[in-house]
Amino acid sequence: MRWKSDPLLVVEHLTMRFGGLVAVNNLTFEVGRGDITALIGPNGAGKTTVFNCVTGFYKPTEGRLALARTGVADRSRIEALTRSSARSAKQGEDELFLLERMPGHLIAHHAKVARTFQNIRLFQGMTVLENLMVAHHNLLMRASGLTVLGLLGAPHFRATEAWAVERAKYWLDKINLMDRADDPAGELPYGAQRRLEIARAMCADPTLLCLDEPAAGLNPRESLELNTLLNSIRDDHGVSILLIEHDMSVVMQISDHVVVLDYGTKISDGTPVEVRNDPKVIAAYLGVADEEELAHVEAEIHA
Amino acid sequence: MDNFIQQLINGLTLGSIYGLIAIGYTMVFGIIGMINFAHGDLFMLSEFIALIVLLLLTKTLGFGYLPVALFIVLIAGMSLTSVWNWTIERLAYRPLRGSFRLAPLISAIGMSTFLSNFAQVVQGPRNKPIAPMFAEHLYIKFGTHNIAIQYRQIVIVVVTVVLLGVFWWLVQRTNLGRAQRACEQDRKMAALIGVDVDRTISITFIIGAALAAVAGSMYVLQYGVVNFSDGFLPGVKAFTAAVLGGIGSLPGAVLGGLLIGLIETFWQMIPTEGVPEYKDVAAFSILAIVLIFMPSGILGRPEIEKV
Repeated sequence: MRWKSDPLLVVEHLTMRFGGLVAVNNLTFEVGRGDITALIGPNGAGKTTVFNCVTGFYKPTEGRLALARTGVADRSRIEALTRSSARSAKQGEDELFLLERMPGHLIAHHAKVARTFQNIRLFQGMTVLENLMVAHHNLLMRASGLTVLGLLGAPHFRATEAWAVERAKYWLDKINLMDRADDPAGELPYGAQRRLEIARAMCADPTLLCLDEPAAGLNPRESLELNTLLNSIRDDHGVSILLIEHDMSVVMQISDHVVVLDYGTKISDGTPVEVRNDPKVIAAYLGVADEEELAHVEAEIHA
Repeated sequence: MDNFIQQLINGLTLGSIYGLIAIGYTMVFGIIGMINFAHGDLFMLSEFIALIVLLLLTKTLGFGYLPVALFIVLIAGMSLTSVWNWTIERLAYRPLRGSFRLAPLISAIGMSTFLSNFAQVVQGPRNKPIAPMFAEHLYIKFGTHNIAIQYRQIVIVVVTVVLLGVFWWLVQRTNLGRAQRACEQDRKMAALIGVDVDRTISITFIIGAALAAVAGSMYVLQYGVVNFSDGFLPGVKAFTAAVLGGIGSLPGAVLGGLLIGLIETFWQMIPTEGVPEYKDVAAFSILAIVLIFMPSGILGRPEIEKV
């Protein structure tokens, strides 16, 4: 129950409307620090919309998204920050952010949320290594004094750049793409592109990594490798993961916490075992065994 | 034959100027998908800046050594023109980002008119000539041929090549260039990994302006005369060059510029007795032909719809 005792992200009353369509309705859940949290639900349940709100792709219609990058997501601090007009509050080492007030690039830069997409969005024309280097943009921008010092070859910049290249190579090695480093990303096979997208997100040095259907289209062996990769990201790098996934074997094997959405509202929330046995979840996925309905249908057939 | 080589050199000189301007069109199109119609007038503005700085240096301050003066003119021109373009982007294009597609285009046309009228009002409508610089000829014996190259043509080609090299390195090898290319491919994704897209777009406008300023200074050097309406024809020709080379492609812009410059100069060799020259007709016929038969240009990528 780490999501209750030490939440990293607290989502409250999140609502997203597109005209008359309510994609997410009054959704409240927590993402535990160091957990792998799975967001599941039937197609069109609003999972990707939640991701888009968390990463600043959309501005939520209503609701609060508080992220405590370090320290404890203390309720009174969140309230205090909400009442102020600021985007973030710093207390000693502890940083607290209200994501709904921040544009996307600042969420990535300061709150350290990174994401991948259901339909892969790599920089197709750039090389594999360059894709990872772009994720170090802010670091290098600062080290290079907005490029000027970098042009002059300042030693500090060179050291930082060398470090960034090293880290990019570490991730290339980890996803087994070292030998393709200089190939255009768009030429990689599908499974490799998925892994590269995760590596790119990791190079942005996230606190929270949001993965939108990372196992989609992977074969069983690749899917297994993905599980290993995600576990390693959590255990070795201390990054919390929020993922959307349809592959229940992945969800049940690796997640610590499952949140189930249906028609934009939360219908269940708990450990994988709790969720699996929740009748509401079974109903949402398999349909309701409603006897009255059944009788009605049968009557229609016989008539 | 002598004439041919002579015209080849003239064409390359003119073509490098077009190429420098064309980069500004192509880069802005690459990153925000807009044709910046004010870019030609920015070039005109940079001519005036170059002229003013040059006159300040040589006449007012009595600075005599031309190569250094030219260097200062280049640096000053690049900085001031960049400030102009940065401001234009902030005022006229950024507020319209995310608006319907035609809005920034219309704003650019308005900005173009504003700039040329502004120059007309503050600088007057007449041509402003200066004394020729680096006009001495370098005679090269080439077998039986005698070719005369003006020093300024050498200066123009060398400055262009060097700056293109620097610029190419900036885009291909630096962090800034990487972010710029990333934004070109997928702006939203670039933002999601922490790239400040607005700033990157500003930098794109600044780079485009700096190269237009180089072109402006070179134009003043070559032709020695400046007029408020100078932005239109070179601007449209550079745009043609960008389209010919494949809009969005940087090497394409340079190649297109050189081609347009060469076509224009060689076209002038065709004797037209009593009738006016058709060099502008040539450039615009090419624009029409390219748009019809080769819409993605020589080095352009085939159209991919960005989502």
